[in-house]
Amino acid sequence: MDYGFTEYQTAIRDLAREIAEKEIRPVAAEYDREAKFPWAIVKILAQTDLFRVYIDEAHGGITEGTPIMNMVIVTEELSKACGGIALSFAGTALGALPIILAGSDEQKARWLPDIAAGKKLAAFALTEPQAGSDAGAVRTTALRDGDHYVLNGSKQWITNGGEAEIYSVIALTNPLKGPRGASCIVVEKGTPGFTFGKKEDKLGIRASATRELIFQDCRVPVENCLGREGTGFIAAMRTFDASRPGVGAQALGIAQGAFDLALEYACTRRQFDAPIGSFQGLRFMLADMAMKIEAARALVYATARYIDTRPKERPTLYSAMSKCFASDVAMEVTTDAVQIFGGYGYMHDYPIEKYMRDAKITQIYEGTNQIQRDEMSKTLISNFHSHRPAVARAA
Amino acid sequence: MAESNVVPACGPLSVLSEEERMFQAMAREFAAKEIAPHVAQMDREGAFDHALLERLFAQGFMGIAAPEACGGSGGTFFLAILAIEEFSRVDASAGVVIDVQNTLMNNALQRWGTEAQQQKFLPRLVRDTLGAYALSEPSAGSDAFALATRAREDGNHFVLTGRKLWITNAMEAGLFIVFANLKPEAGYRGITAFLIERGAPGFTVGKKEDKLGIRASSTCELILEDCRVPKENVLGEAGKGYKVAMETLNEGRIGIAAQMVGVAGGALEHAVRYAQERKQFGKAIAEFQAIQFQLARLATEVEAARLMAYNAARLKDARQPFLKEAAMAKYFCSQVAERVASECLEIYGGYGFTRDYPAEKYLRDSKIGKIYEGTSFMQLQTIAKSVLGE
Repeated sequence: MDYGFTEYQTAIRDLAREIAEKEIRPVAAEYDREAKFPWAIVKILAQTDLFRVYIDEAHGGITEGTPIMNMVIVTEELSKACGGIALSFAGTALGALPIILAGSDEQKARWLPDIAAGKKLAAFALTEPQAGSDAGAVRTTALRDGDHYVLNGSKQWITNGGEAEIYSVIALTNPLKGPRGASCIVVEKGTPGFTFGKKEDKLGIRASATRELIFQDCRVPVENCLGREGTGFIAAMRTFDASRPGVGAQALGIAQGAFDLALEYACTRRQFDAPIGSFQGLRFMLADMAMKIEAARALVYATARYIDTRPKERPTLYSAMSKCFASDVAMEVTTDAVQIFGGYGYMHDYPIEKYMRDAKITQIYEGTNQIQRDEMSKTLISNFHSHRPAVARAA
Repeated sequence: MAESNVVPACGPLSVLSEEERMFQAMAREFAAKEIAPHVAQMDREGAFDHALLERLFAQGFMGIAAPEACGGSGGTFFLAILAIEEFSRVDASAGVVIDVQNTLMNNALQRWGTEAQQQKFLPRLVRDTLGAYALSEPSAGSDAFALATRAREDGNHFVLTGRKLWITNAMEAGLFIVFANLKPEAGYRGITAFLIERGAPGFTVGKKEDKLGIRASSTCELILEDCRVPKENVLGEAGKGYKVAMETLNEGRIGIAAQMVGVAGGALEHAVRYAQERKQFGKAIAEFQAIQFQLARLATEVEAARLMAYNAARLKDARQPFLKEAAMAKYFCSQVAERVASECLEIYGGYGFTRDYPAEKYLRDSKIGKIYEGTSFMQLQTIAKSVLGE
C-alpha cells in the first residue's frame, strides 16, 4: 500500500526499520527475559537523531511539519522488533507532549533540546492507585509555597519511571477545585523529595520500566508549571489526543511483527507433506490477520495526518478509534500468530509468544479500551446534539 | 395449559448426582486449601510443588476412574472432568497434572492394557507414579502419524530410537506411553505404543521447556537412544498404536475442554469480584453497563462451554458416540477460555498487567488449550469430517 510518505518520512522509516532489524531484534528476547532497560538502543536512537522527529526545528527537532506522523512511523517500525524497547521512544514522546503542547517558549527551550538529542528521556505521570480510568480522582497535591510548589503523593505504573530525567506530572495545585484544580508540572529526576518505588513485574513490554513515583515534600519552582494553573487536565487530554495514535502505532508494529513471523513459519513448516500455509484453514487465518492490520494502519496514519494538518480541531474521536482498533487487532493477530506456531509458539525459545504478551498492554494503557469507547460514544452523542437539524429536534 | 405428564428421559446436564456434588465439593475444597497457596510460586519457579504432587496421590485424585481392584476409586469419567475443572479454576497446571493421569494414562491402560500390564502399572499410577504420554515430535505435531521414532525387534525386546517433544509431566513422570513406528514402510500402520519405565536403558528425559503458561506443569523432550523395551510392554497390538493414540486423545480432549472451562471460570470469578470492589468515578466499576454486559456475555460463554464439556463426558460414560462432541467441546472451550481470560485481564486495567494480580496468569494459561492434544485446526478437521459424513 502507498501511504504517500514524504522523502523525510521514508528516510526515518527506513532508518528505524534498520535499527529494529539489526540492533533490536537480536537482543529482544534477552531484554524481555531479564526485564532490562534498553539503554544501548536508546543511545543508537539518539545518535541517529530519531528522538528529533516529533520536536519542532526551533527546539532541536526536525519534524518537517508532521510531528505526530513521524512519531507514529518510528514507533511502528521499532515495535515490529520489540514493543517494549520501542516504548523507551514512545514513552518519551508521551512525556514530551505536554511540554510541546502547553509549554511556554522558555520551557520548551529548557527541556526539549535535550529530549530531541536523546540526552534525556521523558515520562508522563497521571495514574494513581485510585485514579486509573477515573483520572479525575488524582490526589497528588502541589501546594504553592512562595515561588515553589510542594508535591506530595504518588503516581503509579509510570512508563520510563526511574529511567527518565524529565517527568510531566499531573497534580492538584488547588485540591478544592478537584480536576479543575489540576496542573501539569515538570519535575526533574534528582529533585529532593522525589523518589521511585518498586519496578513492576509485568506480563509484557518487560524491557520497558514501569515504576511508582513518590513525592514527599518535593519542592519544584513555580516556573515548572506548564500553562496556567488549573489547566493540567486540559493538557493531559490534549496530550492523549496526540499520543493515542502512537499507542495505535505500537500495536500496529507488534501485530505486523507477529504476522511477519507467522507468515514465514506458515510457509516453511511442513506437516502432512506440505507447508502448513498451503492449507486453506490456515491461509484464511493469514488473510484475516493481514486485512485487519492494514485497516488498523490506514486508521492510525489517517489520524496522525489529521492531527498534524488540523491542529485547531480536537481529534479525540479518531485518536480513541485508532488506539482502540489497532490494539484490539494486535491482540487478535498476536494470539492467532501463536496459534499458527502450534506447540513451538507456546515456548519462550520461540519469539512469538512475546508478541502476544506485549500486545495486551496496548488495550490497557493511555486509557483502557473501555475508556476509548466511552470517549468515542460521548463525542458522537455530543456532536449529534450540537448539529442535529431543528426538524429532528422537534420530532 | 395443563402440565405435561411426560417424564423427561434424563435430567438437565448441569444437575449433579449426590455423589458428583460431594466429589465436586471435595475437589473445590482441596483446590482452595491445598493448591491455591502454591500457585504463584509454582508459576514463578516453573516447577510443581513436590508435596502437593504427593497429596494428589494420597487424596485419590490420580485414580478417579481407575478400578477399585487397582486401588482406584472406580468412579466415572465425568467425576475426573469435574476435578479437572475445579483444579483449573485455581491452577491450570494442577488441572493438567490430574488430567493426563486420569484421561490419558489410566484410561489408555484400562482400555488397551493386558491383565498383566494393568496389574503391574495401574496400582502404581494410582498410588505414587506420575505418567506421561509421548506422541509429538519436532516434525510431527499436527501430523502426528509422521513420527520418526523407530522401533526394531531384537530377541524378546524392542529397541527404540528417536526424540519426543513437549511431553507434559515428563520431568516428574515414572511411566511413559511412547509411540514409535515398527514398520515405517507400512506408514501409520506401523505405529506401536510402548510402556517405558523411567530408568530404562537408553531412555533420557531431556530439556525442560520454558513456557508462556502452565509453567508449573513440566514439558520436556524425551531422548531414546537404543532404548530397550521388553516385548510385554507393547500397549495394545503392534501396528495398532495409531488407534491407541487417537482413541485415547479423543477422550483426553474432553479433559482439556474441562481444563479450559476451569480457566475461564476462574478468570471470570476473579474479574467479577474485582469489578465489584474497584471503585472509579465514585462507584464500583460493576455498576457501569459496559462492564455489566461484558461480564454477562462472558458468563454466557462459560456456561455454554461447560455444558459442551459435561455433555461430551456424559456421552462417554453412557457409551454413546462422542467423537464429534469431544472435538467440539475442546475447540469451543479453549476459544472461550482465551477470550474470557483476555477480557477479564482488561477489566483489571493496569493491575491486570502486573504479576501481582492473578489475571495475566489466566491469559497465559488459557493459550495452551487451543494448542495441545490437537490444535484447533485439527479439531475443526475432525468436526468437519463428522459433519460431512465422511
